[in-house]
Amino acid sequence: MRHEVHENVVSLVKPGSVHRRLYDDPEIFDLELERIFGSAWIYVGHESQVRNPGDYFCTQVGGKPVVVVRGPDGALHVLHNQCAHRGAMVVALNKGRTDEFQCCYHGWTYHLDGRLKAVPLQHGYPPGFDTKSRSMAMLHVARVSSYRGFIFVNQSVKGPALEEWLGYMTTSLDDMVDRAPDGKIEVAGGVFKHTYNGNWKLYLENLCDAAHPWFTHRSSIDAALQQSDDVFTDGAGEIAMRQMRQNGAPYSFWESQVGIWTYPNGHSFLGDYHDDKKLIAALNDPIFRDYIDAMEKKKGKDETKRIMEVRRWNSNVYPNLSFMSQFQQLRVIQPIAVNRTLVCTYSFKLSGAPERMFHNTIRFANVVNGTGSLVLTDDLEIYNRISLGISSEGAEWLQIGRGYESDVPDEHGGRRGKNSTSEIYIRNMFDAWLGYMGVVGAQPLRARVESVPA
Amino acid sequence: MSAIQQAAVLGDGTRAVKGLDVRECELFLQHEARLLDEGKFNDWLALFTADARYWVPSEPDQANPLDTVSLIYDDRQLLETRVRRLASPRIYSQEPRSRTSRIVANVSIEEDADNASTTLVRSKFVLIEFRRNEQRLFGGTYFHQLIVSSGALRIASKRVDLVNCDGPMDGIVVPF
Repeated sequence: MRHEVHENVVSLVKPGSVHRRLYDDPEIFDLELERIFGSAWIYVGHESQVRNPGDYFCTQVGGKPVVVVRGPDGALHVLHNQCAHRGAMVVALNKGRTDEFQCCYHGWTYHLDGRLKAVPLQHGYPPGFDTKSRSMAMLHVARVSSYRGFIFVNQSVKGPALEEWLGYMTTSLDDMVDRAPDGKIEVAGGVFKHTYNGNWKLYLENLCDAAHPWFTHRSSIDAALQQSDDVFTDGAGEIAMRQMRQNGAPYSFWESQVGIWTYPNGHSFLGDYHDDKKLIAALNDPIFRDYIDAMEKKKGKDETKRIMEVRRWNSNVYPNLSFMSQFQQLRVIQPIAVNRTLVCTYSFKLSGAPERMFHNTIRFANVVNGTGSLVLTDDLEIYNRISLGISSEGAEWLQIGRGYESDVPDEHGGRRGKNSTSEIYIRNMFDAWLGYMGVVGAQPLRARVESVPA
Repeated sequence: MSAIQQAAVLGDGTRAVKGLDVRECELFLQHEARLLDEGKFNDWLALFTADARYWVPSEPDQANPLDTVSLIYDDRQLLETRVRRLASPRIYSQEPRSRTSRIVANVSIEEDADNASTTLVRSKFVLIEFRRNEQRLFGGTYFHQLIVSSGALRIASKRVDLVNCDGPMDGIVVPF
């Protein structure tokens, strides 16, 4: 059965359409974890989360638990979270600071770089038992690399280096950092962890979808449009209203003023969405004026102007990262099962910006990425409904062809849609999907378990 | 004479009246829970003061809603929009509607100082939500800042501390 899936998987993507099995077949899901999450660069976190030696946090890479830790010499390590003795997960807390890792089962202890430090009761093991052996350790994920503080790992030793793989998307990550007057950003303000009954791919496929807000978010658009601005607000409502009303922009707006850019390896961004008069970047907001002053003081007027004119909405780095550089938001997509996904969303604080500006970042996070958001909850419903819909005997092939005749080359090696309602970014992700999953460019299947001679 | 009756007699509009009794508070919280269970969200909104806040933190012991994200943090303006959306025929995340059942108990008055403008009431709740094919169970602690306004109890602020506030969660549409 598995062999059959392997042979046929590339036939499930056609120009302009994909087979619904890609979203609900557990065997395809397992192959995706192995081939996509096993050989693409996967975002795990930001260096500000492990600023000092001994700082660590736990996360998952394609469903596998790992721990990201800063060593005593400042080096960054990403370790598989498993004891070499009996296999227990060693680090149980989500984050913390420590001098060493110790397994709770028999007390095996590890250095922060994963090497075994101490083993109680070392006598009595067979002659080959060697605590200095490379395999007797918390093993490293094959590759770790950071771009301007954003930490990625790769489970394969093969393939391009991180920066080459990111390509032009480095400019979106640059935009995250460049907006800090002091040139530094940090994860702050907590995390949302929202889940849905649907495939992981649906999340990225929705984030650059400019054709859905007007319809899917109708309930919050109408409610916000009817809302009086004369009632009490401490700022939370004000920012939420602007965002929800903006979602009600007509199709003509999305087709004339918003663009979609795509790049190799499945990456994309939606641009030119908001101007300075809207949202937290409101020119008449005294806090934002203070921020611009701080930027101009540190970076000069020209550079500040250049940075403020980089107006990107969602930037998606396939397969597990989506961020909003203008608004200091970052989402990490974690596949749990073929029809179950967890998304963790983080906010970033801009070093050197007015403290109150971060309050606006938090308010924006609540309305755009919040588990109880009036907007996001309808997106989650869409993912659930796709799962329910494709379990029917309806149309087998799902459409991703919108705008396909009007795709044009981009000067930075990518392609862009005629306007933001093009589904080019979905086709672009499936091009990458084929590269990872298909015969061409695919990584070999993981080695089978062989019988060990007695 | 109860505190509410006393306020009504005094006819002194919005001000705190000391000496709210715990049974009065409990009946009020049960009334609030019933309005939510019955989907009478406009009536629920009417329980809040004009400058009310409704807050569901995302972390245990979260200090404030300003520098940390919240599962819900509504000022009056956003709370009105939240309630208006619940009545929309195109609120797809409530198609079908959730059914809920709430138990509010262990009510206590935490702060009722003479110089405070509101009375802080703490209670425990259990909430069962059923929608489509799934049932969810929530539990935690309510903190209501209550005030007597024009002879009736009103909510100046409501904080909901969920026991699983920092855990993975599907979308939250019906208020706690």
